[in-house]
Amino acid sequence: MVEKEIENKMKTEEYFVNMGPQHPAAHGVLRLLLTIDGEIIKNVDPDLGYIHRSIEKMCERDSYQQIVHLTDRMDYLSSHINNEAVCLAVEKGLDIEVSDRVKVIRTIVSELTRLASHQLWWGVIGMDLGALTTYFYAFRDREYINDIFEETCGARLTMNYNIPGGLMFDIHPNFVNRVKEFLVHFKTKLPEYDRLLTGNVIFQKRTKGVGVLTKEDAISYGATGPVGRGSGFACDVRKTHPYSAYDRVEFKEALFTEGDSLARYKVRIMEMWESMSIIDQLIDNIPEGDIKTPTKAVIKLPKGEFYQRVEAARGELGVYINSTGTKNPYRVKFRSSGFSNLSVLNHITKGAKIADLVATMASFDFVIPDIDR
Amino acid sequence: MSYFSDIYNGIKTLLTGMSVTGGYFIRARKGSITQQYPDNRETLKMFDRFRGEVVMPHNENNEHYCTGCQACEIACPNGSIEIVWDRQVDPETGKKKKMIDKHIYHLGMCTMCSLCVEACPTDAIVWAQNYENSVYDRKYLTKVLNQPGSKVKAGIED
Repeated sequence: MVEKEIENKMKTEEYFVNMGPQHPAAHGVLRLLLTIDGEIIKNVDPDLGYIHRSIEKMCERDSYQQIVHLTDRMDYLSSHINNEAVCLAVEKGLDIEVSDRVKVIRTIVSELTRLASHQLWWGVIGMDLGALTTYFYAFRDREYINDIFEETCGARLTMNYNIPGGLMFDIHPNFVNRVKEFLVHFKTKLPEYDRLLTGNVIFQKRTKGVGVLTKEDAISYGATGPVGRGSGFACDVRKTHPYSAYDRVEFKEALFTEGDSLARYKVRIMEMWESMSIIDQLIDNIPEGDIKTPTKAVIKLPKGEFYQRVEAARGELGVYINSTGTKNPYRVKFRSSGFSNLSVLNHITKGAKIADLVATMASFDFVIPDIDR
Repeated sequence: MSYFSDIYNGIKTLLTGMSVTGGYFIRARKGSITQQYPDNRETLKMFDRFRGEVVMPHNENNEHYCTGCQACEIACPNGSIEIVWDRQVDPETGKKKKMIDKHIYHLGMCTMCSLCVEACPTDAIVWAQNYENSVYDRKYLTKVLNQPGSKVKAGIED
């Protein structure tokens, strides 16, 4: 009798909790509908659409030059890489080849973008796990890259530096020196990142073995970028389908097989080293050449479908353009990495604690405008 | 045994991290990138290419370089530029000529993509480097770029 009473009192029920749309650990307006039993997560149901701006539909009314600036607003932390993807797709349709100079500059600026994105992520993962100091250190180093962008492209976040056929204008005379200065600076600071956070016992306990994604699941869910590579899935587009100047540089693909949050962390730290090595190889010998291949003022792609994939900071970005031969595309589709990576979240956080969900999300590095578009 | 080694490792890694932060505590000003923003307005200079807002430069005779070709209006992806024009009689030649009446620029809708400045064949509009664009009412964000009484510089169309 007494035992039954105790059992009745201890009986727990599942209940729902809204995490977001405004949540400090969600980095944007992502609403997660959590089904939880005590602190154990039973189900994670992401609810999207809070920052949907119908960018793909807007592309259908815009000319091909105008599409480029909209992609800045998708994954705003790798805006230059998004621009490059659209430009490469349009150039593929026009069947024009850009000069070596454009290819090399695009590669350098893309890698700088990747560095800036990973720096911000490093600051934020520390902040999500309770270490506020990382945020300030990361933003200090990111400021150098932002200054480089501001001087050469004219903006700090939404650069719109690429145009179909080349670049909007040549690099600033100070560009090379500033990039070299930054590399010298950051090569001394990146080991500090390791000392501060990677080896830290609290950080290790929060991330090791948390949110384990197997290689099979990563492939079947279409997880790309650091999420896929942390699970041992070699999916770096820069290696598999080289574009721009990636075929002429030596770099290692960051691969770890553990599949947990710490592995994804290590992939990004290693990618920062590799990005710096790529810039090191290119910065000293930027070839001379035209900065833009002349195109017609009104670009009309031939009838057909054009697809270009690039490696953005968060994974593979695909740009699909369906043209009917007019000055506007008939349909534009962006395959964003964030959307596919988000679909994994429910699978790997089932049975974990809420705090582990925060750690897993931080290691996924979501940019919500990229998921919603 | 692992209990004690865990404690030892924990303290060791914490001290490693704190040696980094402690180092910055001692030499706080070194490598600082912080700008004392509202206090350094006089000395703060933006980069030459910085996209603050679109302006139309005028020379000392109150003449601009805009021929009213509307290339910027077509290039703008979000309708930030509106050009009101009509055909006026040119006082020198006596012929009717397309001239701008108002070059209206909506700063509130502008995404600073720089397509209009790139499209301009006569460099009539350029980027200004001012960075304090906030106003109390959004009607102040709609600007007429050509000054009152200004006219196009002669010979710019040739």
